[in-house]
Amino acid sequence: MNPEAPADSPAPLEVHDVSVAYHKKLVLYGVDLTVPAGRLVGIIGPNGAGKSTLIKAIMGIMPLSSGWVKVFGKPYAKNCHRVGYVPQRESVDWDFPVNVMDVVLMGRYGHLGLGRRPSAKDRDIARACLEKVNMLPFAQRQIGNLSGGQQQRVFLARALAQESDLYLMDEPFVGVDASTEAAIITLLRNLKENGKTVLVVHHDLATAREYFDMLMLLNMRLLAFGPTKEVFTPENLQNTYGGRLNILSEVVQIVGETKL
Amino acid sequence: MPAPTAKPSLFLLALFSFFFIAPLAHAAKISDITETDFLDRTVRFFSFADPSLRYALAGSMLLGIACGLMGTFLVVRKLALMSDALSHAVLPGVAIGFLWSMTKNPFAIFIGATIAGLLGAATAQAITSTTKHKEDAALGFVLAGFFAVGVCLLTMIQNLPGGNKSGLDKFMFGQAAAMGREDVLLLAGVVVICVAVIGIFYKEFLVTSFDPAFARSSGLRVQIFHYALMLMLAFAIVASLQAVGVVLVAAMLVIPAAAAFLLTDRLPRMLVLAAVFGMLSGALGAFFSFVGRNLPTGPVMVLTASAVFAVALFLAPRHGILAKWWRQRTRARRVQRENTLKAIYRVLEDEGFRSESVSLRELAEHRRETLEHSEAAIKTLEHHGFATREGSDFALTPPGWKRACEIVRNHRLWELYLNHAANIPADHVHDEAEEIEHILGEENVRQLEKRLNYARRDPHGKLIPGLEDIHGASGRFLSGHAVGFGPHRQ
Repeated sequence: MNPEAPADSPAPLEVHDVSVAYHKKLVLYGVDLTVPAGRLVGIIGPNGAGKSTLIKAIMGIMPLSSGWVKVFGKPYAKNCHRVGYVPQRESVDWDFPVNVMDVVLMGRYGHLGLGRRPSAKDRDIARACLEKVNMLPFAQRQIGNLSGGQQQRVFLARALAQESDLYLMDEPFVGVDASTEAAIITLLRNLKENGKTVLVVHHDLATAREYFDMLMLLNMRLLAFGPTKEVFTPENLQNTYGGRLNILSEVVQIVGETKL
Repeated sequence: MPAPTAKPSLFLLALFSFFFIAPLAHAAKISDITETDFLDRTVRFFSFADPSLRYALAGSMLLGIACGLMGTFLVVRKLALMSDALSHAVLPGVAIGFLWSMTKNPFAIFIGATIAGLLGAATAQAITSTTKHKEDAALGFVLAGFFAVGVCLLTMIQNLPGGNKSGLDKFMFGQAAAMGREDVLLLAGVVVICVAVIGIFYKEFLVTSFDPAFARSSGLRVQIFHYALMLMLAFAIVASLQAVGVVLVAAMLVIPAAAAFLLTDRLPRMLVLAAVFGMLSGALGAFFSFVGRNLPTGPVMVLTASAVFAVALFLAPRHGILAKWWRQRTRARRVQRENTLKAIYRVLEDEGFRSESVSLRELAEHRRETLEHSEAAIKTLEHHGFATREGSDFALTPPGWKRACEIVRNHRLWELYLNHAANIPADHVHDEAEEIEHILGEENVRQLEKRLNYARRDPHGKLIPGLEDIHGASGRFLSGHAVGFGPHRQ
């Protein structure tokens, strides 16, 4: 199941008792988990649960109020080149004067030193990543001239160009068409088969069960973390989503369907 | 229904020329003295004999380059307000720099202004982080507050003995002619620093401007690059103060870069264009200021830059007003042509395709328009090779027939699709099909045909022309006559 990682190598991600406050409000509290290698992990929870915040806290973009994070056994800053990141699509100004190729090349910057230009080899890697997401014909297009699904695929290509072992993705399936969604999940499964670890903040309960082999239920606290089959129960979901009856009834239906 | 527009246009053109040319002719008579002065000064400018003029020109061009380069990053990072606040905040520093050295020593003024600028930036930062105010209010406060302090200090200096000879008041709106050798050297230094730093760390500035979160995640110290940019910005502002003045230097930062943004989709090109536009505005500003008998340079440079922006707005190849208008016009005309073709097809269809030609009267009746309109429509089709005349009648050429069939097919396929797949009633599908028929591509059509099982009839029972109808018929064309369905095709 996991040919690449030797038995005693450090876990891709260790989060110990992490709390994060934003403008004096607590957003995450006491999150403690260890992610094993070679898994496709979904992070789910209601809006404002701190899912994006957790990703940002892991990468050091948001300061920790308490606790620590280790990536492959070292602090994030030491191992940042082993982590690939796909931010939310809305975090970027799509009128910025860059084309698709420029954006994907940014994924190679972590491997270059300060002041070094991307080489021909970097361009080849960028092209190969664009090819994997079927965006190579669009390489010279300005990024604002793309559909939502295409923009998401460019971001994904950039993360692939980072050639990382741990990938963190913030809501990559929001606002994309069905064929892009299918293409993305195929890509993620390929990554997993190659021994990479992928964490995905996901917004849709119905597909969460189908896509991920481990799930993290988050609502300011970590309510559950483990294999999907064990974690995706009505009780856990009720605890995560609070008393929101419409979500609950939807979920009860889904769980009911599986029991049939 | 295109109405002839030639006559009103000609009239407007004539009127325009009259109003333009007549006064010029008149002016040549009465203002001989000022005309000579203008020419005289122009010649003097281009002879470059005047050393102060040489410094003014060189300095203006250099500052244009510096402002263009820094302005590019301001525009893409959306920091225009920040630059305006920063440039107004340096005024007290200028005054204090003078007071400290008691001469117009450019280095003392440079240091004072830089310190004041950084102080302003720090104040704005402190306001946003300790109060509930957002950046716009904080910057507005710094801009106005620091500027007010600067104005008061300058006025006090004017009242000092020897103060009103200092030329410090020129710092408000700029006077390029007051630039000396050291000012030009300072500007040259700033340009060299900007070009070198941006050149070496280009990819770092690119990624931290575009996606700071991603930049941080790949290990870049985003804050350091932000501060570096702000420092270079401060240098550019302070070095440009002499020529452009405190009030308008922000305009020289933003306008050339904004014009460049309209003309390109790539950052390197934007940097070059902004530098070129800045340099041009600087040079022209110095020229007009010199020739116009000591007009303040700042406003003139900004006017030039604005003119460049207006031209870019109008003429930009893709996003410009002219380009957009042209695209719309081309599209509207194509739609009109296709509607005419469609009408001809329908007229032929109504007669069961017995005849191959259509008369002008039949077309006019079918479309409920005047004979003139139909005549004009057919002329357009003839011009594009879609129709030929046969006396008072006309017929479609093979390309015309092909396009007519395609449009009708697109229309009826779309109606069928809406009716069939989206369950829209048959009497509601026509209007949308009228619009969609012009934009369906061949690939979409193949998909539609497949989805609808190659149906032959639309929701109103009319025949949907298929590939054989389109190509088979025009394949039988040999001698230039128009083609149509023969009776056996029914």
